[in-house]
Amino acid sequence: MAQLNMVQAINGALTHEMGRDDRVVVLGEDVGKVGGVFRVTEGLYDKFGEDRVIDTPLAEGGIIGTAIGMALYGLRPVPEIQFSDFIFPAFDQIVSEAAKMRWRSGGEYSCPMVIRTPVGGGIRGGLYHSQSPESLFIHTSGLKVVCPSNPYDAKGLLLAAIRDDDPVLFMEPKRVYRAVKMDVPEEDYEVPIGEAKVVREGDGVTIVSWGAMVYEALTAAEQVGQDGVDCEVIDLRTLWPLDVDTIVRSVKKTGRLVVVHEAPKTCGFGAEVVQRVMEQAFLHLEAPPVRVTGWDTPFPYTLENEYLPLAHRIAPALMSTATF
Amino acid sequence: MSDASDDPLLGLRHVIRDDGSADPDTDPFLPEETLLAMYRELLKIRRIDVRMLGKQRQGKVGFFGTITGQEATPIGTAFATRQSDWVFPALRESAIMICRGFPLSTWLAQAYGNSADVLKGRQMPSHMSGRAVNQVAWSSCIGPQIPQAVGAAFAARQRGDDTVMVGFMGDGATSQPDFHSAMTFAKRWNAPVVLICQNNHWSISVPTEKQTASKTIAVKARAYGMPGIRVDGNDVLAVYAAVDEAVRRAREGGGPTFIESVTYRIGPHSSSDDPTRYRSAEEVESWAAKDPIERFERYLRKAELIDDAKRAAILDELEAEIAAAIDAVEDLGPPPRESLFEDVYEALPPNLAEQRDALRALPEAPKGH
Ligand SMILES: Cc1ncc(C[n+]2csc(CCOP(=O)(O)OP(=O)(O)O)c2C)c(N)n1
Repeated sequence: MAQLNMVQAINGALTHEMGRDDRVVVLGEDVGKVGGVFRVTEGLYDKFGEDRVIDTPLAEGGIIGTAIGMALYGLRPVPEIQFSDFIFPAFDQIVSEAAKMRWRSGGEYSCPMVIRTPVGGGIRGGLYHSQSPESLFIHTSGLKVVCPSNPYDAKGLLLAAIRDDDPVLFMEPKRVYRAVKMDVPEEDYEVPIGEAKVVREGDGVTIVSWGAMVYEALTAAEQVGQDGVDCEVIDLRTLWPLDVDTIVRSVKKTGRLVVVHEAPKTCGFGAEVVQRVMEQAFLHLEAPPVRVTGWDTPFPYTLENEYLPLAHRIAPALMSTATF
Repeated sequence: MSDASDDPLLGLRHVIRDDGSADPDTDPFLPEETLLAMYRELLKIRRIDVRMLGKQRQGKVGFFGTITGQEATPIGTAFATRQSDWVFPALRESAIMICRGFPLSTWLAQAYGNSADVLKGRQMPSHMSGRAVNQVAWSSCIGPQIPQAVGAAFAARQRGDDTVMVGFMGDGATSQPDFHSAMTFAKRWNAPVVLICQNNHWSISVPTEKQTASKTIAVKARAYGMPGIRVDGNDVLAVYAAVDEAVRRAREGGGPTFIESVTYRIGPHSSSDDPTRYRSAEEVESWAAKDPIERFERYLRKAELIDDAKRAAILDELEAEIAAAIDAVEDLGPPPRESLFEDVYEALPPNLAEQRDALRALPEAPKGH
């Protein structure tokens, strides 16, 4: 089996699906000839031609608006937004249009499309190349939101997302793009949308995270493991629909919950995770659930490591939760 | 000047001819000191690009967006505007600040994002701004500053000021709805604004002819009812003359002008880009042969304003000036980490006060990535 990084795994998934299904088209800024600024779509232009791998003008609203039209007519567009920080010119098309098309048409029209976009910090990108805007989209009914943390899940989730009949926001943690390699099967497989994964078992504290922060959670779990705190780490993989069962099952075992995400704390998705646990496992809790997150500020350039909820911030939160 | 050179479809305004002489019909006839000052600024910006790209390669700064080949537009604009006129820049116009007397070391500190940076290390390099020189802070987002320049122009007139606003963009930005809103509003309000598009032929890997099916960018102005001028963006005197004319019109109540400055991005899009993947060396060479600084130098030599000795003396001075500015800031430390919480609001709200205290109680974050 080939050892691939996330860029290669996503590229493989796109190549596979475009070969299998000629309705799949890729569009976006610089996705064609140059293969994307992160090279995720490299080679697709040569393989599938400019009718299916489209270098668009610089207009995110135009990219998503036209992708919606393509989807309405029966294509399976996979538009790319170069950085999730630049998704906002397309916010209206995503939130008011793609997300509501099925509902407003009484189920007669729908927008099966996958909006791929790199998210998160860790590349010294400052406030406009580092954000994690998931909450804004989860808050919008009608969208599914996915965020794989590793190459295997990225391929399987992308195939599932392209075959899904609803619009999916596919967030790619750019810090992980080339940082992790693992076995990725060449054959067709799906990682089902809506299933979280327990990536470390333990019965002391439940950590819920996703994307690049899963690695920080695991590092912190190892650190506190040396002090006798045995953490269970859940990688959500899909943020919406949320796999509440996996989280609740874990919290019923541990009685303690720490949620870790890069986005700011206030109204971050951690709040929703915590509330679900309060609703379904309140009497099992032995400590107040804790959020370790980005601060309620824009994302900084120089001080990025002071902003991110890295292991050095997660570990003390785990200790205080464990000893509450 | 109402010949073909005013046709936004065909014409391209020039001043400096290939042999270094100036077209007397278009020459702005600038005084000698101004010409020499312009030359000095052009050389300075070019040299800063070289030094900072070197710093980026050494890992001293994380990123740098060079403007090599495009210097004539910011420099021509700086000289054609008043200090009190505001600039709404995009990625390639930060050098205007230097011409307006912003301290070079402070400007460079932005690229280092350290404690001498007036932006407190918050923005990526090449995002310089400064209220002291009326250079408005810009986001990395392509397009939003264009309507903002129009709104500021409306406000200046409403307040009775004769300030003119200059809004910049690249060719790629003209595909954004913000560009079209800005054009609609600018003429509808007859706002005192000059909108300048640096058409450097590339929007990262997308060539201008794939960006738009319009024959030129300037022609778009027609549909909005405003003058659209195409100027040779590698001819600093032509840029000066075009901006000067537009700024005067705006100041006198004649409304907005759109200028397409036709130039070329000689370097990569940014230090993270590899342009050999999408364009040919021949194309780059053909534009390097039209270098704006060499072009202006031919003019200055012909006018006997500079010679080899003078040029060498200026270069030596600049080298020392730039080196001293770099030395003054390169080794400064980062901004204090509590500074993260400043400026989100005018006053610190409780959630941020709480988070600042939480950060203070934490050990320092690890360095590196
Ligand atoms: C809204 C938005 N979308 C995408 C990007 C990513 N991006 C940065 S620069 C750039 C190309 C800009 O081209 P152009 O406007 O021609 O200016 P140039 O860089 O060539 O000066 C792109 C696509 C961005 N910064 N903002």
